[in-house]
Amino acid sequence: MDKLNIQEKKVWDILENIMDPEIPVLSILDLGIVRKVEVEETSQMPPELNIKVFITPTYTGCPAMDFIESNIRQVLTENGFNNIEVIHVLSPAWTTDWMSDAGKQKLKAYGIAPPKLTQQVCLATTFSDEDDVECPQCHSHNTQLISRFGSTPCKALYKCNHCHEPFDYFKCH
Amino acid sequence: MNKNSEINTNNKNTFLTDYCLHLADNSLILAQRNSAWCGHGPILEQDIAITNISLDILGQARNFYQYTAEILNSSKNNSSAAVTEVTEDSLAFLRDNREFKNCLLVEQENGDWGKTILRQFLFSNYQYLLYLQLQNSADEKLAAIATKAIKEVTYHLKWSSEWVIRLGDGTEESHQRITQSIHELWPFTEEIFINAKYENELTEDKIAVDVSVLKDAWYKKTAAIFAEATLTIPENVFAQKGGKHGAHTEKLGYILAEMQFMQRAYPGCIW
Ligand SMILES: [Zn+2]
Repeated sequence: MDKLNIQEKKVWDILENIMDPEIPVLSILDLGIVRKVEVEETSQMPPELNIKVFITPTYTGCPAMDFIESNIRQVLTENGFNNIEVIHVLSPAWTTDWMSDAGKQKLKAYGIAPPKLTQQVCLATTFSDEDDVECPQCHSHNTQLISRFGSTPCKALYKCNHCHEPFDYFKCH
Repeated sequence: MNKNSEINTNNKNTFLTDYCLHLADNSLILAQRNSAWCGHGPILEQDIAITNISLDILGQARNFYQYTAEILNSSKNNSSAAVTEVTEDSLAFLRDNREFKNCLLVEQENGDWGKTILRQFLFSNYQYLLYLQLQNSADEKLAAIATKAIKEVTYHLKWSSEWVIRLGDGTEESHQRITQSIHELWPFTEEIFINAKYENELTEDKIAVDVSVLKDAWYKKTAAIFAEATLTIPENVFAQKGGKHGAHTEKLGYILAEMQFMQRAYPGCIW
């Protein structure tokens, strides 16, 4: 591995420990919002490192994005990196399919039902069948949508008809 | 570059920024309207729903304003004149009434819950069809914003359609109230499908969507939802227009007065 690759690996390891501010069990890598990391040397002597982190927003209006960006800057700076650029990329659009399997398991353990594969939903048909969502508490599939909009833009509100607990569902996107 | 082609590029840029501002203003003004429901929704879940929708469309507006600022700043650099930098915030908070290019529909008052729902349905139905096409825009940035946003707009359309059906086919009072709202809002629907100059100028290059061709599909969907809701589409309504060119109803002035107050009174303040 050359020097730049080692530095890039170091950046990825640091990013692994930056959590989503709204779902603190998920790292921004679990969420799949870091698309790319670029490490370059500047031409000056002695050369410095330029770090570019490309992130893609989960939801168009997600207020956590600004927070995540400043977090990335702060944590990388604390780890000795100086020239940091965080670049927002819209295309290709983020999808819940990019969430890692480990991330989905962590969500479930945290009490949020993980997203289904996107092909199953996302149609504008009214009163259509909702996703078959498993209750993260008792694992019953006898659950019911209460509201398509939950505590954050990415979640819908469900309730379990078996254990009668309400829960959040990370809706497919 | 010879003089003629330079003028052409400048014109094209103006059409493009006008178009972006139109798309941004539509979303910003509706987001501002909807956000007034925060803490006032009929039940908690629906309060959360309407404010979530607000947040989504505010996000669209930010994307379009950021892109507009990018274009404006880069063309200024070319002309080497020292001018203050344009930002998403300066576009939202420091432009005047006549500079806003939103459709009249989105600036109409919230009224009761039914009127807010109906306005959202009429708008989301249009925005869904618009973004479906804008995903294929020759302008990569516009295409990317639309591809991202259509996922959220699908939820808005579904949610508002279901509420129109619920209210239309609900109680006698809910039916009567939403019928009243249809009469109040219908005059503002025609304008959406009339191409403004900036749209006409950009459709040939496949940058802007020709909104006139969206009307049929929009009407069909509206008719289907209204039929399910036992509601009727009004006929022979006098159409109100002008918003896309900056001629607004008096209501926009009140929205801007409230929304822009802080930046006007304390320029550049951050909190
Ligand atoms: Zn359960």
